[in-house]
Amino acid sequence: MKGIGTFSCPVPASSDETVQLAHGGGGRAMARLMDTVIRPAFDDPELDCRHDGAVLPIGGPVAFTTDSYVVRPLFFPGGNIGTLAVNGTVNDLAMCGARPLYLSVSFILEEGLPIETLRRVAGSMRDAARAAGVRLVTGDTKVVDHGKADGMFVNTTGIGQVLAPAPIGPAHVQADDVVLLSGDIGRHGMAVMAARENLGFETVIESDCAPLVDPVLALVEAGIELHCLRDLTRGGLASALVEIAETAGRSITIEETAISVRPDVGAACELLGLDPLHVANEGRFIAIVAPRDARRALEILRAREATKGAVAIGVAGGGPAGQVSCRGPLGMERVIDMLSGEQLPRIC
Amino acid sequence: MKLRDEYRSPDLAHSLAQKIARMVTRPWTLMEVCGGQTHAIVRYGIDRLLPPTVSLVHGPGCPVCVTPVEYVDKAIELALRREIILCSFGDMLRVPGSHGDLLAVKARGADVRVVYSPLDALTIAKANPQREVMFFAVGFETTAPANAMAAYRARQEGLQNFSMLVSHVLVPPALRAILDAPTNHIQGFLAAGHVCTIMGFEEYEPIAAHYHVPIVVTGFEPVDILEGIYLCVRQLEAGRAEVENQYARSVRRAGNLPAQKMMREVFQVRPRRWRGLGDIGESGLGLAETYAELDAERRFGQVDLNDEQSEDCMSGLVLRGERKPTECPAFGGRCTPEHPLGVTMVSTEGACAAYYRYGRLRVESKS
Repeated sequence: MKGIGTFSCPVPASSDETVQLAHGGGGRAMARLMDTVIRPAFDDPELDCRHDGAVLPIGGPVAFTTDSYVVRPLFFPGGNIGTLAVNGTVNDLAMCGARPLYLSVSFILEEGLPIETLRRVAGSMRDAARAAGVRLVTGDTKVVDHGKADGMFVNTTGIGQVLAPAPIGPAHVQADDVVLLSGDIGRHGMAVMAARENLGFETVIESDCAPLVDPVLALVEAGIELHCLRDLTRGGLASALVEIAETAGRSITIEETAISVRPDVGAACELLGLDPLHVANEGRFIAIVAPRDARRALEILRAREATKGAVAIGVAGGGPAGQVSCRGPLGMERVIDMLSGEQLPRIC
Repeated sequence: MKLRDEYRSPDLAHSLAQKIARMVTRPWTLMEVCGGQTHAIVRYGIDRLLPPTVSLVHGPGCPVCVTPVEYVDKAIELALRREIILCSFGDMLRVPGSHGDLLAVKARGADVRVVYSPLDALTIAKANPQREVMFFAVGFETTAPANAMAAYRARQEGLQNFSMLVSHVLVPPALRAILDAPTNHIQGFLAAGHVCTIMGFEEYEPIAAHYHVPIVVTGFEPVDILEGIYLCVRQLEAGRAEVENQYARSVRRAGNLPAQKMMREVFQVRPRRWRGLGDIGESGLGLAETYAELDAERRFGQVDLNDEQSEDCMSGLVLRGERKPTECPAFGGRCTPEHPLGVTMVSTEGACAAYYRYGRLRVESKS
């Protein structure tokens, strides 16, 4: 369109289209951003109070965790920084045997970020929070100069009510405990990598990003003797197992053939020289349970969509402390180590 | 996937291992040339499936490992210049130069980018016309055609801000150097399947004949490797020394002719310095005269190769197959993938890294 209809005075660009420094300045622009984007998206009565913080009733032992999300790109197949920020913190609470109740959300936005991007991310956060049964009750927004935040960073902090009757953690792992894995591995890391680096694989690998509250609480409610839970984020299955074995002072032996890797994920890993055991997940966890409960726990997990691919992959042993070994397809054992160096930065 | 599973079949692998054990009448020492094969051997425990009379030593086929330190230093020096964007495969970033590695200078603000294809570097050059984009081209014959293609396109498109720092190497001259060494004890080779996919295996036939060593072109899956070993030992037991092709599903005798043509168009055979092996005549590739304007060394200054090869670890001996990684006193203690003393611990294809990642169980159980 050309001609007089498009003539315009050199006024500042509309502040409704992109994030401006003023949106973090505490004035009108910020109030408008809250009123038009954040509060409608999160839609929680606590936020409508416009108080400095949320006032919440909590009884009994509380689980409390925080995480910052700096993933690049902001959107990837199977999720975005918002779904990740909700599910990541929700899952950390679930791994404490807790029902997630409340989240805080802090945005660090880069000047120039399209408001529409923020709207989409906030909308995804609301949907993810609803799916996980958690409320977004307080938050903060800051704006930084262009080029300082790659679009946006998000921090979420979560509070949950601990429902597990006994303490859960690496220190409680005992010899002969069974290691259960909730499904196939490696999808999130490869999804983000393929999206970021434009690798152009023929199939689209989607992130496994999902809340794990339901399957974990089902295990708790069924009275499964849970000794340790761990979601398999950065560093993947291998790093989680090594960290647990080192903290527990136990050995862990796993069967490589029991671990499922989707063919497209496996092929992508092979092409890039990565070991799927080291690739990040955002919707997978291991449960280390008492041997007598292992079969029942597997049945409970397999009955749920998010964990229908659950399998027993190994057992804990008496030592040597901290050693994780893996029996390969030819029946030979090898040592599994944590990822050394960075495999892929900024995947969550 | 089905195909790949077949080449990882435990039944096939064990039956090949048994066939080797039944056939062997005396000790044999074989070298697998390629670092990818070394990793598969250690990862799957293939060496432990073999009878003790058949020993495998690990060859120089890790491109990162054999790249002279001076090239790494040059890359670091150039990466620190504000106008330069240095593009490299990820493996090179952690290779220690004389003073630090590319990752460290990246952390200090140098513009170092990991690419998965040399053509990505061209894209970066086009998107940043005001900057100089330099691609660090290392590798064996496997990566040479794609790197040649990048140079070819850059010249065709008249890209003024793209250059390559080239340290390409060739397998056959390295085999000759290993066989010529007075300390050599290698009796047969598993040649690298990927290299031969490009180059074919005609050039190995004179080596097999002259040195009387069997050379078996071998793939990378466990069953491939065991079959390669089987064929090699069978030749040794029969007193034969020929080139055989185990990896026939990928390799033809003449290789990939269009890829070779692209390499010849862009590169010229040159003498090269190998880390661990020293100077080997006609053992590498450099840009041909017609592509000289893309040569980063011409644009930004020559790489000065020092006369002395100082190594603070045994990686040279490991690369020549004269020592196992576990025979190094620093292995697993002072030298780990987190704090590598030498290149063979850095690269994912390095023998020391393979032993560290997969093989420590056996080291610990020995001690």
